[in-house]
Amino acid sequence: MSEASYPEDLLYHQEHDWVRFEADGETALFGITWYAQDALGEVVFYDAPEVGATLVKDESYAEIESVKAVSDVFAPMSGEVIEVNASISDEPGVINEDPYGEGWLVKVRLTSVEEKDALMDSAAYTTMLG
Amino acid sequence: MSANALLLTPLHARHGAAGARLVPFAGWEMPVQYVGVMDEHRAVRGDVGVFDVSHMGQVRSSGPQALDFLQRLTSNDVSVIPVGGAQYGLLCAEDGGVLDDLFTYRLSDDSFLTVTNAGNHPQDFSRFTEVAKGFDVEVTDAAGETAMLAVQGPNARALLRGLCEEDLPERMQARTLSVAGVEVFAAGTGYTGEDGLELLVSNEGAVDLWDAVVAAGAVPCGLGARDTLRLEACFHLYGNDLSTDRNPIEAGLGWASKEATGFIGSEAIARFRSDGTPERLVAFSMSGEGIARSGNEVVGGGVVSSGTFSPTLELGIGMAYLPAEAASVGNEFEIDVRGKQRPAVVRDRPLYRKADPSV
Repeated sequence: MSEASYPEDLLYHQEHDWVRFEADGETALFGITWYAQDALGEVVFYDAPEVGATLVKDESYAEIESVKAVSDVFAPMSGEVIEVNASISDEPGVINEDPYGEGWLVKVRLTSVEEKDALMDSAAYTTMLG
Repeated sequence: MSANALLLTPLHARHGAAGARLVPFAGWEMPVQYVGVMDEHRAVRGDVGVFDVSHMGQVRSSGPQALDFLQRLTSNDVSVIPVGGAQYGLLCAEDGGVLDDLFTYRLSDDSFLTVTNAGNHPQDFSRFTEVAKGFDVEVTDAAGETAMLAVQGPNARALLRGLCEEDLPERMQARTLSVAGVEVFAAGTGYTGEDGLELLVSNEGAVDLWDAVVAAGAVPCGLGARDTLRLEACFHLYGNDLSTDRNPIEAGLGWASKEATGFIGSEAIARFRSDGTPERLVAFSMSGEGIARSGNEVVGGGVVSSGTFSPTLELGIGMAYLPAEAASVGNEFEIDVRGKQRPAVVRDRPLYRKADPSV
C-alpha cells in the first residue's frame, strides 16, 4: 500500500473525502483519502452511483467495501455525476494503491461552488486527523 | 487503569512492534491485521501463518469422575476420545440453545483440557463449576496462565518439524513437546481449513515461541484473516452462527450432538432432531455484486449469520439461517444488503476445501 499523504492541491471533507477542481472551476473529481482507505483495509467492491445522479453535500452517494466492512462515501460538495471511474469495479484495489490518482471515484458538475469554503486544506485536514 | 481495561496477551508488545492494527475483541486487545487481510489469508492458504489466539480460554477437568462430568456437560460423546485425542463439542442449555462451542483434549484417563471462546469463558467456567458439584472432579480455570498460538497452512508441519525433534501430533491428536526449546501442548487442530497445529504454552514461554515461529518464516496473521479463513471452511463462529437462540440441529452440528449420552439439553435436542427445525444453517455465495454481512435479512425469511468477501473465491460468501424448505443446495434466494436485493445461492459446505495431499 501507498505511504500516508495528503496532497496540497486538494480540498478535504471531514468524512475523509477529497475534491480536485478541474481547470474550468465548475467540475471536480471526488475520492477518498489515504486515511480512509487505510482504515478500511483492502477494498474489494465499489458500488458506484449512476451517471446523472444528484449528489448532496454531506450525504452518502456510494459504498465501498473492504474484506472486513462496508463504508458509505459522503459527497464533499453537491452536484451531478457526469462520469464514474468504471475501472475501479474491475480492480477496486486501486483505491488503496493510488487513492488520489487512478483511484478517483466520480467526476461531478458542481451546483454550489461556494460549498468549497466549508472544506479543509491539507494542513487543516492533517491537523484534524491528529 | 479503568475497570474496563482490555486484557493483553503476552505477545501484545510483539504485535505493536510489528505494526499490527489492534482492536477490542471479547474483552481483549487483539491484532485484527498486520499488513493486510488478503495477504495474511493467502499466506495461510499457500504457505504458513501464525495467529495469537491467547484470548481463548482453557478449563482443566481432573478426577475419578471427570469423564462422567464432561459427558453430562457437553454434547459430544467424550468417552470415545482416546488419551491424546481431541474432539469438538457444544455446551448447551436445558432448552438445547448453544452456550458455547468447545474443543476438548484428553490428557489422561481422568484428565481433560477444554478450550472455550474468550467472550464466553467466564460464564462457561461458572457452568463448569456449578455442574461439577455433582461429580468427583476438580475444575480449574487455566485461561490466565495459558497463551495459545495457531500455526496454520500447508507448510505448518514442515516449519514446526524444523523447530522440534519429536514427532508432531496427527490431525485431532495432541501431545506435549518441546518446540524451539519451549514446552508446548501441541494439537493437530485449527480454524482455517488448512493443515496445522495449535500450540498451548505458558505465558512465560509465549514470546520465545512466537519469535522462533516467525523467524522460521510463518507470516503473522490477525483476526481479520482468521475470520475469512474460517468462513471459507464453514466453521461456526459463536455469537454469529451459534447462540442461545440456536440449537445444534438447525446449526448443522447434529454430528457433534450425541443425545444418548444424556447431556444437559439432550432431551430438547432429540426432539429437534426427530421433529425437524423451521430453519437450517446453510453456506452461500453471492451470485453477483455485493457482500452480505451478519444481520442482513433474507427476502422471504431468514437471516445472514456471517458474511464476508472470500479472498480465495473472490466473491461474497457467508452462512445464513434459511427456512428449511429453502435450504437445499442450489436454491437461489435474495438478501437485503443495505436496502438492495442481492441474489445468492445455497452452496455445499465447506465453501473451500484444501487440496488432498494424497492425490
